[in-house]
Amino acid sequence: MSEEKWTVNFVVYRKKGDGEPHYQTFTLEVSPDEYVIDGVERIWAFHDRSLVFAHACHHSTCGACGMRVNGVEKLTCITRIRDVTKNGGTLRIEPLRNFPVISDLVVDMSRLYVGMDKVHAPAVHPLSLAPLEGEGIKPPRDVPMDGGKEYLRLADCIECGLCISACPVAGTAEEYLGPAVLAAAQLQGLKRAPDLAEVVDCVDGVWRCHSAYECTAVCPSNVDPGWRIMDLRRQVLAQRIKRWFGGA
Amino acid sequence: MESPAKKPNTRGILDWFDPRGRQVGGWGFILNRLTAIGLTVYLYLHLVMLGKLAQGPEAYDSFIAFAKQPLIMFGEMLVIIGGLYHGLNGVRIALNSFGVAVPAQKQLLYGVLGLTLVGSLIFGLRMLAAH
Ligand code: HEM
Ligand code: SF4
Ligand code: FES
Repeated sequence: MSEEKWTVNFVVYRKKGDGEPHYQTFTLEVSPDEYVIDGVERIWAFHDRSLVFAHACHHSTCGACGMRVNGVEKLTCITRIRDVTKNGGTLRIEPLRNFPVISDLVVDMSRLYVGMDKVHAPAVHPLSLAPLEGEGIKPPRDVPMDGGKEYLRLADCIECGLCISACPVAGTAEEYLGPAVLAAAQLQGLKRAPDLAEVVDCVDGVWRCHSAYECTAVCPSNVDPGWRIMDLRRQVLAQRIKRWFGGA
Repeated sequence: MESPAKKPNTRGILDWFDPRGRQVGGWGFILNRLTAIGLTVYLYLHLVMLGKLAQGPEAYDSFIAFAKQPLIMFGEMLVIIGGLYHGLNGVRIALNSFGVAVPAQKQLLYGVLGLTLVGSLIFGLRMLAAH
């Protein structure tokens, strides 16, 4: 880490209970090579113990530290301050969108977890059931391959919810399953899990997506949910066409 | 369990159109939605006008005189730009929805914008020449 010091204004979203949200500014001296979460933790440690935020792993695994940083969804534990502001600049820190705010920077992500259960991808399941390989799935070309046989990084969703926050239509469609959930369904594939068809082939399933691809743009884990939603559409359409021609 | 505090953190319809922090695909979506609304409003006005024209030759002539005003021509130009963008982007989205060329969605969007520009220029020049 360099010795360089920056002065950065953290403009932090605050909201308690049913109170009105407001922004509170904390001016910190930071190293630009620190991460955004370091600043948030320092605010909590030295300025205001009532600040509520979430984190666990500090290394992009738990998915708990998602926030909007200057209007863009970020895992704050891997977002270097240098990459999102400048010396003397501002960092606007807000909770994820499209989920209810519990307190300050923490949101209720039930929407995501309930959806994951609906597509039989619960947060916790035995390794023997983990859908590590999908049948008939063509991952995007930039997905690295392991010796030309197995596709890597297919099961990488860390359920951080960034994609649901970034989606421009998830706010006006509360029942929309959302990118991560549809990606989890696509991962299993309709061939392998035909019962998923009725869960995803509906207005609040694959057809709610309006192709903004913001989910893919913010996903910190290379899941590429935008591509997966479109691939799931393709699977749904293929199934329908088969049915029209009398197939199973 | 449902209380006001359970409402999702969103500005609703405003979030459809806010380009801040959004990226290429998101801008494409915003433009598509704006042009869709614009075209729908235009279609309505167009049908009202057509209804007027059915009232006879005088109505037609006065409408044509009206339509030659620069402001109206500017409006027509917007309809062409919006229509070209919306239609071409519709093809992009339809292709993507069949699982085709999704990883190239950004490049396709640039292509859509380029064709919209070229098409609009050709139309604009012809409109000026005919004037
Ligand atoms: C040139 C042929 C056209 C094509 C290929 C086309 C294609 C599309 C597609 C694919 C969508 C869905 C976009 C999405 O998923 O968000 C859409 C939305 C829409 N289109 Fe068109 N369209 C055309 C012409 C028109 C016209 C002439 C109008 C109005 C008079 C119109 C009005 C709309 C509206 C209101 C929407 C909904 C907007 C939204 O969901 O954001 N379209 N169009
Ligand atoms: S798909 Fe990506 S952005 Fe969405 S919850 Fe999973 S890891 Fe997060
Ligand atoms: S703290 Fe676990 S992902 Fe950021």
